[in-house]
Amino acid sequence: MTQAREDTAPDRAGLTAGSSGAVASRRRRRYSVLTSRDKLILALMVGIPLIFDLIFIWGPTIASVVLSFTQWNGVHPLDGSQWVGLGNYEKLWSSYAPFWEGVKHNVLWFLVLMLIATPLGMFFAILLDREMRGTRIYQTIFYMPVVLSLAVVGLIWEFQYSQDNGLIDSVFRSLHIGNVDWLGDPNVNLWATLVAASWRHVGYIMVLYLAGLKSVDPSLREAAAIDGASGTQTYLHVVFWVMMPINIVIAVVTTIESLRAFDIAYIINHGKNGLELLSTLITNNSISEANFIGFGSAIAVVLLVVSLVPIVTFLTRMMREEKQ
Amino acid sequence: MTAATTTPPAPSVVTRRRAPVHWSRVGLHVFLAAMAVLWLLPLLWAIFIALRPISDTTQRGYVSLPNSLTLGNFFDAWTQGDLLRNYVQTLSIVIPGVIITLLVASMIAFAVTKFSWRFNLGILMLFVAGNLLPQQVIIVPLYRLYLWLPIPAPLSDNDVLYNQTVGILLIHIVFQTGFCVFVLSNYMKTLSKELTEAGLVDGASVFRIWWSIILPLCRPALAALATLEFTFIYNDFFWALILISSGSRRPITSALNNLQGQFFTNYNLLAACAVLVAVPTIIVYIVLQKQFIRGLTLGSTKG
Amino acid sequence: MDDQEKRAGLLSGGQVTRRDVLKAGVIGAAGLTVLPTILAACGGSSATAAPAPITLGSNYSDPVPKKAMADMAAAFTAKTGTPVTINTVDHGTFQDTITNYLGGKPEDVFTWFSGFRMRFFAAQGFAVPIDDVWSTLTSNFSDAFKVGSTGNDGHQYFVPIYNYPWAVFYRKSLFADKSYTIPVTLDDFKALCTKMTADGLIPIAFGDKDGWEAMGTFDIINLRMNGYQFHVDLMAGKQKWTDPKVLAVFNAWKDLMPFHQTGAAGRIWQDAATALVQKKAGMYLLGMFVSQQFKAVDDATLADLDFFPFPNFGTAFDAEKALDAPIDGFMLAAKSAGGAAGAEQTSAKAFVGFLGTGAAQDIYVKADPSNVAAAKDANTSNYNALQQKAVQLISSAQKITQFMDRDTNPGFAGPNGMQNFILQFIGNPSQDLSALLTQIQAFWDGLPA
Repeated sequence: MTQAREDTAPDRAGLTAGSSGAVASRRRRRYSVLTSRDKLILALMVGIPLIFDLIFIWGPTIASVVLSFTQWNGVHPLDGSQWVGLGNYEKLWSSYAPFWEGVKHNVLWFLVLMLIATPLGMFFAILLDREMRGTRIYQTIFYMPVVLSLAVVGLIWEFQYSQDNGLIDSVFRSLHIGNVDWLGDPNVNLWATLVAASWRHVGYIMVLYLAGLKSVDPSLREAAAIDGASGTQTYLHVVFWVMMPINIVIAVVTTIESLRAFDIAYIINHGKNGLELLSTLITNNSISEANFIGFGSAIAVVLLVVSLVPIVTFLTRMMREEKQ
Repeated sequence: MTAATTTPPAPSVVTRRRAPVHWSRVGLHVFLAAMAVLWLLPLLWAIFIALRPISDTTQRGYVSLPNSLTLGNFFDAWTQGDLLRNYVQTLSIVIPGVIITLLVASMIAFAVTKFSWRFNLGILMLFVAGNLLPQQVIIVPLYRLYLWLPIPAPLSDNDVLYNQTVGILLIHIVFQTGFCVFVLSNYMKTLSKELTEAGLVDGASVFRIWWSIILPLCRPALAALATLEFTFIYNDFFWALILISSGSRRPITSALNNLQGQFFTNYNLLAACAVLVAVPTIIVYIVLQKQFIRGLTLGSTKG
Repeated sequence: MDDQEKRAGLLSGGQVTRRDVLKAGVIGAAGLTVLPTILAACGGSSATAAPAPITLGSNYSDPVPKKAMADMAAAFTAKTGTPVTINTVDHGTFQDTITNYLGGKPEDVFTWFSGFRMRFFAAQGFAVPIDDVWSTLTSNFSDAFKVGSTGNDGHQYFVPIYNYPWAVFYRKSLFADKSYTIPVTLDDFKALCTKMTADGLIPIAFGDKDGWEAMGTFDIINLRMNGYQFHVDLMAGKQKWTDPKVLAVFNAWKDLMPFHQTGAAGRIWQDAATALVQKKAGMYLLGMFVSQQFKAVDDATLADLDFFPFPNFGTAFDAEKALDAPIDGFMLAAKSAGGAAGAEQTSAKAFVGFLGTGAAQDIYVKADPSNVAAAKDANTSNYNALQQKAVQLISSAQKITQFMDRDTNPGFAGPNGMQNFILQFIGNPSQDLSALLTQIQAFWDGLPA
């Protein structure tokens, strides 16, 4: 799939960032044309961003893990007296009801995205992957919500869902169905929020999948067509399997989006009363007046561990691809 | 259906196929058109509200035929939301952010794909994984870091990164680099290695090769990424919420919050503000749409 | 904004030197310990220099309060020559990020609330004691205000600017039309609600989407049934939520729920107030800020707004005439750029001292008449009828509370705490209330120290 790398063997003995010795012994190999200045530049090209990455992303990640074992409230200097070991996790597991609500909602978010929104996006992509009039317009329309800020999306859907002023309930009232409290009723508001989230997610997946579909070798389809396969059969038996790497990417993206869900729920009501999510719980605990930083970090670690599953899946695939 | 576009032989097969296909094609269009209307409805409704004067909607409710339409809400949103300053503030984060992110990511992708060394893959994975983390996982220590890390004067007016444009710029660049590195490295792998080697043999420095050879060849991917990154950074909500405290320095997505305020909500004004906030990303998308789609297709897996 | 600050600094001689010293000293914690001595040394000379410019962190993000705040600051600058730079942050976000803000790089003065919230942050060392300012202000405030401005250690940390009562609001013209009378007892109140239902009105407008609005209802019922002391103790955790007295409060509330507007969990208070404006609802228990929705229509509508105190429950505590009358005001930030002492703090203290005078508060209240000034020397002659009545109501109250989310631990009152529990109650008032209260108590017990 990726460009064959027949020259991997000598490469491994080649350039190592910043290494100074052993250049002389490799003078006969290809990469000896790299001057030490070149090596320095390459080292900087990678090294400086790497340092920033470690300081601003991985450092804080590790710090979050450490903080999760404390009861720090951000005010007093952090010292041993605030260490509670697994105390925060015990409390999270057994006596913090919002946590399990958050877990449940994240799982539901994942299921709806994975079983409804993503397949719908893929379906749109398949439909639009053909020569026909208006395909560009349809693509633009379906992708439009992705381009909007989530603050804007939240407001747009508020105009739909508001009980007193919204479109949906006004229509319901005129049809004598009666009001539904879309955003306030805890049995309903998660689904209402998921509609808004899916509105965005479908377009995103559509574009990713469309890109993948366009890269499928047309000769495969021709072969299938000559063999008498219909469009659906071609897709199910040939295209879907050929696109397996893209399918995995899409599955990973969907999972990560469901774990990252935050903005819409937070904008609607700060993530309470049916809209609890792990991300809003972290924010409400650690970045609020309350400032339960240790406890919030414990929730963050849970989110981190769960996120590692799709992340590692993705990275493993990437690694396998490299090694081919 | 797809075969119709490519096969020269057996045209009779194709023509015979066309007749029964016709109805499903109509059905397809009907379905797509219906979905498109459904998709546009929420946005169009918001625009409709933005065009109505508040007096009209207070009197007759929001779901009513308009007495009059006005652009007044847009003007009011512009002034009350202080939108000009907000736009400038936001663009001063987004444009440098996109440019620097793409430059840095292309450098990393270049170094990682065109040369091999021991931690090549590991570093690539580190960058990509960093972008996949949820923001809430790192926010608390990051916030503390922003309050502590000493920063010299021209970049910061309070000696630290907190509440500084450069602080927000920095976290965007670091956070978005991973994704761009991934896409660009996939793309660069399709570029022939001979290019680099030829350049090296000619005596060009790696910097020259990156700037003059590789980067121009990556234009489609860069254009696609520029569109995506513009959207991501422009629409960011969370970093600015936590890492900036001054109302006047928050980017435009917070302008909506400011308008909402605690004690009065004018939906029409809010809708107008929302539309104005959304306009730049919509424009960028429509203008760069072709490059966007093309850029995403190139560099992805081949059958 | 910052250029303004810098320019002002450059114009006033000595400050440039001080800033350089500050920059050199600030890097590294050790530097901070050197600062006070240096600043103290500078203190003498700066007394003759121009007053140090100060900064104000304000969450008055709405157009009307924002302008009023700017007017007050301008008046101070005109009077003393001290430049005041205002940093306005969105109201809700300011509160959410307050600990980060105060522990980070706060402005010299910041807007805040009285109550537990104030004492909480003062106790953490985030605020500067202003006993010296209060020595001049004591005569200008009633005891209730001074108590509300005092921290746990007996020092004052807060300067009040205004407060406003929570009461039952109604439209005079509606009551006149339907010949309603103002209810005094709970039975009167329920009878009125029944009549309103029969007339096709929503008796009590209700909106609790932000989670805090309904706390006012709990507060007032608890005050009437169990008295001020029990309520304060409950907020402080000295009484238990599983106490039968609390269950009685929820049961009383449950009895009143059928008269409340449905769908409150998804409705912001502004929309509930609109129901009152449009005469679709008869009454609304809310703070006096509800008048802003009326003023926005026109002055005639505002003049039609009136209120009465929440009815008596027939207990001994009716005599307390207790009510929620939250106080807003200002505090000095301990960690502001000006440091722990020095010319900036002198200016800041002068600023809050000014804000505690009637002259300043008149400016604010004139622009935003949904409040009444706290200072005794405020000019009340220009008050509208509503404000005058509010002054009477508050002054005749023997006991005043600050409102649940200002009177108790913010972690308890927050989105996943009491806000959520009350929303659960409202969503299903017929649920097992003992079980709910057990959850609430467990939540309180589980809070980190």
